[in-house]
Amino acid sequence: MNTSTRIVIPKTVTRGEVIEIKTLIKHPMETGYRRDHRGQVIPRHIVKRFVAIYNGTEVFSADLTQGVAANPYLAFSTVAEESGEIVFEWIDDLGDTHTEKVEITVS
Amino acid sequence: MTQGHRSLRALAVVLALLAILGFSTASRADRAKAADQIIPESLQLDERRSGTSFLSPALRAQQSDEGANPGMLWVETGEKLWSTPPGASGNSCASCHGEARTSMMGVAAHYPAVDKSSGKLMNLELRINECRTERQGAEPFAYESNELLGLTAFIAYQSRGLPISVDVSGPAASYLEAGRKFFTTRQGQLNLACTQCHDENWGRKLRGDTISQGHPTGFPIYRLEWQSLGSLHRRLRACSLGVRAEVLDYGSPEYLALELYLAWRARGMLIETPAIRR
Repeated sequence: MNTSTRIVIPKTVTRGEVIEIKTLIKHPMETGYRRDHRGQVIPRHIVKRFVAIYNGTEVFSADLTQGVAANPYLAFSTVAEESGEIVFEWIDDLGDTHTEKVEITVS
Repeated sequence: MTQGHRSLRALAVVLALLAILGFSTASRADRAKAADQIIPESLQLDERRSGTSFLSPALRAQQSDEGANPGMLWVETGEKLWSTPPGASGNSCASCHGEARTSMMGVAAHYPAVDKSSGKLMNLELRINECRTERQGAEPFAYESNELLGLTAFIAYQSRGLPISVDVSGPAASYLEAGRKFFTTRQGQLNLACTQCHDENWGRKLRGDTISQGHPTGFPIYRLEWQSLGSLHRRLRACSLGVRAEVLDYGSPEYLALELYLAWRARGMLIETPAIRR
């Protein structure tokens, strides 16, 4: 998926702290219900699933539908247990996946 | 109610009837002239309010949170373009202007401005494209493209929190006057001037929404109706369509003059790019 994303995690994190992670992805979230000016159906194109994996463990996932607005904003909390990597995946219904990796340092 | 009050009220009714009759028989030009005379020039400075103040608390919070504001996606697009050489010259924006955080701080607050060499009024979008064609040897971006919106948003973002302050002296004065005229002249099938909604009836309801004062503090804006970032001229086109007037081109002289008038009308108000609007 050729798109842009934005992920915000706290800069300084202490062990055991509950942190909020905010994500945004630029995506049309086309419903599949609309028609263009020629009357042709505009094919559905939505992000179907979002997953966040923290050091190999899935900590958050969401199933999105055509009821979700464009450029979906998803925020969730997790417990900061150790330093490592959080992998974010957005999977759309054309089979494309967009992956972002963010390092997290827990002190 | 006293006799005096009653006769005053009768007089008011007669005057209102006369006004209606007068309006219905007058020619369109006469009506426009009359509108020019009865319409006040501007809001009082201290009663001005940014469009943000008409948003729900949730949307206001989303606008000020850079992790949740979807307009920031375009700001990031612009940040990447800033340091990418686009054309034959091999120069990126950063090659000449350096770090945008310092070099572009406050720049957007002074636009639109009259170009010294050509004498033409230019907004930020046209200036970016001029830089591309004249200095970078690149093709201009299409007006409402993601790239131009991104760069415009990125540059305007460097002025977030700074007061709008456009130069309306010298060669800019005639553009300001043209913009003021556009703002106060009735147009379209609904025969409405901008000022009738945004100076006289702001805060009241127009269908499901509250009429704002029309200050251009947050452009390019992320408009929920568009599900995307959009320029001031896109917003103006929607206004033109709304009063069933001619929808003018992006970057047209009329909209540029209006943009200058709007910026002058919002002088001293703080830039909020990328703002969220309904």
